[in-house]
Amino acid sequence: MIHQYTLNGCNIVLDVHSGSIHVMDAPTYEAVRLLDGGKTPGEAGAELLQKFADSGITAAQVQESLDEIEDLRRAGKLFSEETYADRAMDLKKRNTVIKALCLLVAHTCNLNCSYCFAAQGNFRGQHGLMSFETGKRALDFLVEHSGMRRNLEVDFFGGEPLMNFAVCRDLVAYARSIEKEKKKNFRFTLTTNGVGITDEVIEWANRECYNVVLSLDGRKEVHDRFRKDLAGHGSYDRIVPKFQEFVRRRGEKGYYMRGTFTHFNTDFTKDIFHMADDLGFTELSMEPVVADPDSPSALTPEDLPVLFDQYEILAKDMLRREREGKPITFYHYMLDLSHGPCIYKRISGCGSGTEYLAVTASGDLYPCHQFVNDPEYRMGDIWKGIVRTDLRDEFKLCNVYSRPACADCWAKLYCAGGCTANAYHASGDIHGTYETGCEIFKKRIECALMMKVAQALEQQAGFAAES
Amino acid sequence: MKHIVTLDTRDMAKSAVNGGCGECQTSCQSACKTSCGVANQPCENKEAE
Repeated sequence: MIHQYTLNGCNIVLDVHSGSIHVMDAPTYEAVRLLDGGKTPGEAGAELLQKFADSGITAAQVQESLDEIEDLRRAGKLFSEETYADRAMDLKKRNTVIKALCLLVAHTCNLNCSYCFAAQGNFRGQHGLMSFETGKRALDFLVEHSGMRRNLEVDFFGGEPLMNFAVCRDLVAYARSIEKEKKKNFRFTLTTNGVGITDEVIEWANRECYNVVLSLDGRKEVHDRFRKDLAGHGSYDRIVPKFQEFVRRRGEKGYYMRGTFTHFNTDFTKDIFHMADDLGFTELSMEPVVADPDSPSALTPEDLPVLFDQYEILAKDMLRREREGKPITFYHYMLDLSHGPCIYKRISGCGSGTEYLAVTASGDLYPCHQFVNDPEYRMGDIWKGIVRTDLRDEFKLCNVYSRPACADCWAKLYCAGGCTANAYHASGDIHGTYETGCEIFKKRIECALMMKVAQALEQQAGFAAES
Repeated sequence: MKHIVTLDTRDMAKSAVNGGCGECQTSCQSACKTSCGVANQPCENKEAE
């Protein structure tokens, strides 16, 4: 399977199953299209001579194109075959270990964001804070079920985790006290709305947290539309200086400014550029809202062309910034083509319900934070362990090959089948798909690949100019 | 090649042989929390091809 598209003047061909990425001149790109459509090389060559006659193409040039295509095919880099489906089915038999927990340390929040998928922090249940003893047991549970896995991830999440900061701090101290003996390396992350940031939090997080995710939606009017405090006041003015101080003192350690865009700000690049140009942040993430389709903030099919334009604007602008020596990072455009994920990662799905679990403040286990308080998806608790092994087994096989809609999708090895929770909420089935999310994902990957192609071509041109 | 530039990408077939250590980050645990992608997850195994 291949996927070919032209973006920013680049004729790009992705060979799906080998992961190879090619950029071609126009006749060669057209030849690939013809061959993929079932033409023989002879038929394709004849059509190319006709189609590109005005540009003076010669039979020898056409043959060169066809020969290069054939070389790539023989090398397994073009029109490569699908050979991974059997491995995906074997994943059900594998012994999984747990390597990541999302700790919902606070089922409460000091903001009242109406678009919150966690229902303003309480996950449609009781408000509550995780006790140290529960959190400690969760960490022990993780260690006990992590097998030989060394790197363990724990995200302090909520609600707003800083409403239970003392427990976060004490849990990290506990983890550090056992990780050497247990031969583990805990990587903590913190996702916060910023209201509770203090000097102590900054000092702690910058020492202990591998990554911090700071929630900011962009322009003041956009941010304050949803991210209000309990009295109804926007939080922008209160949190931005704290975030700036946090990031300034963070040095080289990882962080993301993480925004949400909705139907009300489909021009979300303005929010990204505001965070970059006006506020000085460089590590940026902007996510489509997760909302009931009936919600006024929900994205609509009519929004998609607008969003696609926005993603292109962002990609082109990021290339410009890079050329000018002032790059920014956009989470969804980060691709490591030469040392990115192996095929097992690409076909095994997001890991929810198997490698990754959410732990509520009272110690219940769910497949991920987006399933919390759905009684059908309560898997067990941190004391008794997973009792719904049927659910675990179902999630274990929930991957790109278990979703019928993914079979013919060119992007399947980039998303691994997508977000199970989004699929469930959109289709009622964890093996379904969330079509709007898929369209957005595919556009982002097209833009990210285009950036890689553009960077490679610029580098090549640079080498040519130097030699 | 004169007509095609091929980017340097990880060979998926080879990664089926030497991949799968599982030390990489969980997909959802980084910045998004509401969508899944694996392509931007770096491989933790520096030796693997």
